[in-house]
Amino acid sequence: MWPAVLATSLGAYLLKLLGLSVSQQTLDRPRVRRIATLVPVALLAALTAVQVFVSGSTLVLDARAAGLAFAVVALLLRAPFLVVVVGAAAVAAGLRTIAG
Amino acid sequence: MNDDTQAWRQERRQINVDALSIGLAVGTYGLSFGALAVTSGFSLGQTMALSSLTFTGASQFALVGVIGAGGSAVAGVLAALFLGIRNSLYGLSLAPLLQVHGPRRLVAAHLVIDESTAMTISQPTPRAARWGFWATGVAVFVCWNTASLLGAAGAEAIGDPETFGLDAAVGAAFLALLWPRLRQRDARITAALGAAVALALTPFLPPGVPVLLAAAVAVVVAWPVPRRSDSDRGSAGTT
Repeated sequence: MWPAVLATSLGAYLLKLLGLSVSQQTLDRPRVRRIATLVPVALLAALTAVQVFVSGSTLVLDARAAGLAFAVVALLLRAPFLVVVVGAAAVAAGLRTIAG
Repeated sequence: MNDDTQAWRQERRQINVDALSIGLAVGTYGLSFGALAVTSGFSLGQTMALSSLTFTGASQFALVGVIGAGGSAVAGVLAALFLGIRNSLYGLSLAPLLQVHGPRRLVAAHLVIDESTAMTISQPTPRAARWGFWATGVAVFVCWNTASLLGAAGAEAIGDPETFGLDAAVGAAFLALLWPRLRQRDARITAALGAAVALALTPFLPPGVPVLLAAAVAVVVAWPVPRRSDSDRGSAGTT
């Protein structure tokens, strides 16, 4: 795990430094801006979906989906981050307890 | 130099208060990160190395999430770095405001994150912008690492993640990170397509890879630049 931790750290730092160091014209184009803005959106959406609906390499619908549903409602109500995350966990755990 | 006028002292104090409240808010993410990293199999030391050295929340969650779900280390690192690309974009907006060179730039780069960027670009003057950057960067760094440590230490005491629904918490954390980025219509389209592509490819590819291919969706959606472009949409999210 350490190589992954260190590679991520080094890469993340170099990406930060890059933005501060390149000349403005090199990267500051509408298309580059749009890609850099939308890539995190696609990734976070994909990570959410996979985290909730995948087990191994099969698609499943289990207690995690109920947790996600709670998270959606909580976010619509502008709940703080901790409420969203802890509430989702509690809903999933509660459902598992009931299902036995 | 009449730098230390009463008004400027007051302005600085206000910025410090704002920076501290942002730091405390970010601390709640840090608690979750620390707990989730440990329950995904990262040691306390590795969790703290991520929070202090990587120091960009969404990337840390991505690495931990992909590896925790059985993905390879390479897929985890790539997902984390793809997410880190937005920090390069932030740097572009910050560079003319901060005017940092030499060793100061090397330190400043480490603090280029969502919160410090949002704080910096929303200040009325370059002087306040610079103060806002350093105050927010330092406040978030301290709070993020303290909270990660507390979360990681707490989770070490818990044991099996499924008992407390912590596996469901990871998905909720990603959604909460995504939420503030969905204001624009093309962001919502990208999110829907990205999720759909990742799920559709899951049965056929090793864990972690479908997530990376979802990033390609963003490139496809972003490629045609609108003619009357709202080109300075590169605003910072909230984490």
